[in-house]
Amino acid sequence: MWDYTDKVMDHFRNPRNVGAIPNADGTGQVGSLVCGDALKLTIKVNKDTDVIEDAKFETFGCASAIASSSILTEMIKGKTIAEASKITNQDIADALGTLPAEKMHCSVMGMEALEAAVKSYRQGGQPVVFEQQEEKIVCHCFNVSEETIIKAIRANHLKTVDDVTHFTKAGGGCGRCKGEIQKILDKVNGASAAPATGEKKPFAQMTVVEKIKTIELVLEEDVRPKLNMDGGSAELVDLDGTTVKIRLTGMCSGCAGAAGTLKNFIEKTLKEKVDPSLTVEQA
Amino acid sequence: MKVIYLDNNATTQCAPAVVEAMLPYFSEKYGNASSMHTFGGNNRHVIDHARQQVADFIGAAHADEIIFTSCATESDNTAIFSAVRTQPKKKHIITSAVEHPAIMEPYKYLEAKGYRVDFIGVDSLGRFDMERFKNVLDEDTALVSVMWVNSETGTIFPIAEIARLTHEKGALFHTDAVQAVGKIPVNVQEAGVDMLSLSGHKFHGPKGVGALYVRRGTLFMPYLMGGHQERHRRAGTENVPYIVGLGKAAELAQKRLTDGTTERIAALRDKLEKGILATVPDVKVNGDPEHRVPNTTNISFGYIEGESILMYLNDLGVCASSGSACTSGSLEPSHVLRAMGVPFQFAHGSIRFSLSDQTTEADIDLVLKELPAIIERLRKISPFSRLAA
Repeated sequence: MWDYTDKVMDHFRNPRNVGAIPNADGTGQVGSLVCGDALKLTIKVNKDTDVIEDAKFETFGCASAIASSSILTEMIKGKTIAEASKITNQDIADALGTLPAEKMHCSVMGMEALEAAVKSYRQGGQPVVFEQQEEKIVCHCFNVSEETIIKAIRANHLKTVDDVTHFTKAGGGCGRCKGEIQKILDKVNGASAAPATGEKKPFAQMTVVEKIKTIELVLEEDVRPKLNMDGGSAELVDLDGTTVKIRLTGMCSGCAGAAGTLKNFIEKTLKEKVDPSLTVEQA
Repeated sequence: MKVIYLDNNATTQCAPAVVEAMLPYFSEKYGNASSMHTFGGNNRHVIDHARQQVADFIGAAHADEIIFTSCATESDNTAIFSAVRTQPKKKHIITSAVEHPAIMEPYKYLEAKGYRVDFIGVDSLGRFDMERFKNVLDEDTALVSVMWVNSETGTIFPIAEIARLTHEKGALFHTDAVQAVGKIPVNVQEAGVDMLSLSGHKFHGPKGVGALYVRRGTLFMPYLMGGHQERHRRAGTENVPYIVGLGKAAELAQKRLTDGTTERIAALRDKLEKGILATVPDVKVNGDPEHRVPNTTNISFGYIEGESILMYLNDLGVCASSGSACTSGSLEPSHVLRAMGVPFQFAHGSIRFSLSDQTTEADIDLVLKELPAIIERLRKISPFSRLAA
């Protein structure tokens, strides 16, 4: 059960401004049946004053999606296009009291539909489907771009991958992009991944057992958790001088990106954390 | 407002007779069943009685094949980890793509640890892909765990046949029978299963107690260690009142299977389903109508979203559940409906009604009276409903 505010429930039970304005001056659409929520916003604008005189919505979605759409129409009516354009997803959530963290993407959908409707108005009224502007799509399940994620992180001070999922849905499907979302978070929040280097015995001076244990520890702490997220794993098979032989297992075995995983990820990690002389080969 | 409870696959009301049977063991009969003194030791006989009741309920040959646990999730985890730990040389495990997370998550954990894992898919009616299963089963397979009945659609899997094929290759067979026991006759000997999980609160017993059936002679290693209880197979002080409750619930459920209750529930379910199909356009029943438990119907309402339907039903006191993304906190619709290939315009709008012996004709009539207006109202808000017209 969700903890919806009375305001959310009121707008859900008695949605305002349902429908579509015929010959609308602006039509914005976002979402799809596949995504599980979608919103179509139509606006009537006074061309002399730029004031939004009427707004109507049609929404496919849960209670918070319907409530977010309903309150959005109330918020923009009477505002000029310039004023309405300043409305953020946080403003929508605030107007509803609050939304559960997992439902914040409903308010984002409202903001995106508004953005599309404004664009439609400015372009002469042809309906505009909100599109992820950047060509770089990070989450393919929900079609979320890097730019959308960066915007959400900045605007809402997001700290974790779960936060990003709650606000943008990115990472909420198969989960394959979670690593990439973490990288974007690190980039935006300026996290410097400075490894803590303690007093370490040089790799060349270690006994064979120590070498294997050191490599195994890095595999366990830094490599497997990331591979596990994609349903795969890696096993240390052999160590021949500075050549580390690794077998990829689970989803990683037979993956088209296996060679890349070995070289770009596992080898890079081992070079960084153990010794720069190490190379990785598939066992 | 009267609660109209049509969510009995989620949980059921603990029967008054069960509560009554449990109560003395919270208060005057609080002894530890493992104690030497008569006061505590008497509770051992009480537990043994409950063990016999559960054994009779599922057709076990011996009462000592029943291990009491804290819940079906514990039973499932115990069965899976026991099977792989007792057969360390075998590195392959099989399950279905539509299991409860209590099976899915341990399987994914083992996959990440290097096990070969096959999740056997289902067809559009939710039927187990037997051909695919036969193809992947081999001598390296340690465990096959397949649910007896699917919680979301009520579809019954051919457990006896899957168990027989499993044994031909020398693997262990476990079934999560949480949604089967109490709804259809379950007999572990006839089905030929090695291990079976059940949960008390799904058939009018208390929450917080379950059982794992382990056929005599089955390789076994405990999951919880640290005590001699349950013949060293499940450590931890016996939860006497809940075990008593589980035993009583099993006895009562067994009676309901043969006294006409099941048929009455099936008739109400059919009335509900037929009524909805007759009055609401663009609906679709999910699951296998030929092999389905009598209390469950899963219906998709096209072009609208399940949480919204549930919340309008909730305003009328009607409790049901949905496979929609929004209700679970996840963002994708139910893995069961996706595995069945239910199209998205239907998957997001699925509602499960699950009845019990407490469901009345008046309950069903109220839903049939109110539901069409709810659906129409939401479709008016939806931008997709005109696509359907």
